Amino acid sequence: MQSLSNRKKVVSNKKMTFLERIYLPAIFGGMWITFKHLFRKNNTLKYPEEQRVLVPIYRGLHVLKRDEQGRENCTACGLCAVACPAEAITMVAAERVKGEENLYREEKYAELYEIDMLRCIFCGLCEEACPKEAIFLTDRLLPANFERDEFIYGKDRLVEPIDQRIDISKRQHTGKRTEL
Amino acid sequence: METSEIIEKLLFIGLLFLITLGIAAYATYLERKVAAWFQDRIGPDRAGPFGILQPLADGGKLFFKEDFIPAAADKWLFILGPGIAMFTSMMTGAVIPWSSDIEIAGNTIELQVADVNIGILFIMGFLSIGVYGIMIGGWASNNKFSLFSAIRASSQMISYELAMGICVITIVMLTGSLSLNKIVESQHGMNWNVFYQPVAFIIFFICALAETNRAPFDLPECESELIGGYHTEYGAMKMGFYLFSEYVSMFISSAIISILFFGGFNFPWMDHFNGNTLAILGVIAMFTKTFIFMFVFMWIRWTLPRFRFDQLMHLGWKSLIPMALINMLITGIVIAFNEGWFN
Repeated sequence: MQSLSNRKKVVSNKKMTFLERIYLPAIFGGMWITFKHLFRKNNTLKYPEEQRVLVPIYRGLHVLKRDEQGRENCTACGLCAVACPAEAITMVAAERVKGEENLYREEKYAELYEIDMLRCIFCGLCEEACPKEAIFLTDRLLPANFERDEFIYGKDRLVEPIDQRIDISKRQHTGKRTEL
Repeated sequence: METSEIIEKLLFIGLLFLITLGIAAYATYLERKVAAWFQDRIGPDRAGPFGILQPLADGGKLFFKEDFIPAAADKWLFILGPGIAMFTSMMTGAVIPWSSDIEIAGNTIELQVADVNIGILFIMGFLSIGVYGIMIGGWASNNKFSLFSAIRASSQMISYELAMGICVITIVMLTGSLSLNKIVESQHGMNWNVFYQPVAFIIFFICALAETNRAPFDLPECESELIGGYHTEYGAMKMGFYLFSEYVSMFISSAIISILFFGGFNFPWMDHFNGNTLAILGVIAMFTKTFIFMFVFMWIRWTLPRFRFDQLMHLGWKSLIPMALINMLITGIVIAFNEGWFN
């Protein structure tokens, strides 16, 4: 049959020649290959001291954004949770009461918002699904932990602090809303 | 024997003991470094500059671990196993001549613990006893995998000792003496045995790999099938002894290979030197050759995959032994011809 991929190899079980049978040429060939590796540059990154340069659109730890007046963008619509292929996101919605207008942008907000970082595959579909530009992936790395429940990130670690905003301008600007 | 002579020998034994242990410790470090270089990695570099304190850290860790003996194990044999392994590999160092005599303040000091006139037989004997360490350890562990490993180790040793012994016989035939000193002296300058006996050298080297249980013949400890083999049940410094004795015997085997085939402490243009200079240069030559062979041992380990057991037996019995025998026969005929038997 004709090969479509051009990668077909006919397997043969032919008898080995004398040189092949004494193995020594093959062994010396192998030793030459490993010897060449002695002088090759190593690829090790000494992690805590050296850090890999990440691409600007790296998909790392999530952030829940606030708008420029410091109000949370998230309205707990749940579209991110629906979009999430790993089912890592869960939330509980609540209604904004009077006097909380400076905290939440719209009448509904997420009382509880959790991402299980052990389930998350950092695909970025939550960010794509979000209609309110609330959730973004950033170029921060997920730190290691000793306990599994430490990996469930609540609002305390997801929402950006008002005084130290997290820059997401390197991520693609979806342009769903003109003014943020 | 005078008292001074006994003290001198004891000092030399202590020194040799320390050097052998130190080299074995740093061989573990070097092995990890060499493995890393061959695999484009850095290797241990956290303990001290370039990680040179790594062996101390490893040793310290092994000492402070729990000294555990499994309930079903034969307690005394379990303790005896690593002891024998370590003892036999250290003992082989006793007859190795490290260099020519040194003169300090009028005293002539031999750089050899014991100039036994059957040195090479002594070494072969202790190499064969070495398998008892593995066998007893594997048997006493009361574990299937360890037992399998013990069986493998003993059959492997028996098969490869034959070819190894025949190669040694060819060298003895060339030299006419079993004494390691005489063997080294007969290879004065660049008159090395490897140029006369290349086949014997290759066979001896392969057998030395098998005798020290180094890859590609590390079937007794075969992680993928036997979970570490004879030392599966061992922990703490008993395990350390097994691992250590492997490196000690690797060092000693390299020394033996350089003595039998690469002239020991002989080096080219050695006639220009004499006295202590010659002896010190001899020590340097001897250790350089030994270290080169240790590097080759590691190089082979990180290049070749492990043999299958039937391949191992096939190679030992059907290839190496006939080749060694034919080589011995040809050597004998050539020697007889030179001595005028056919005239």
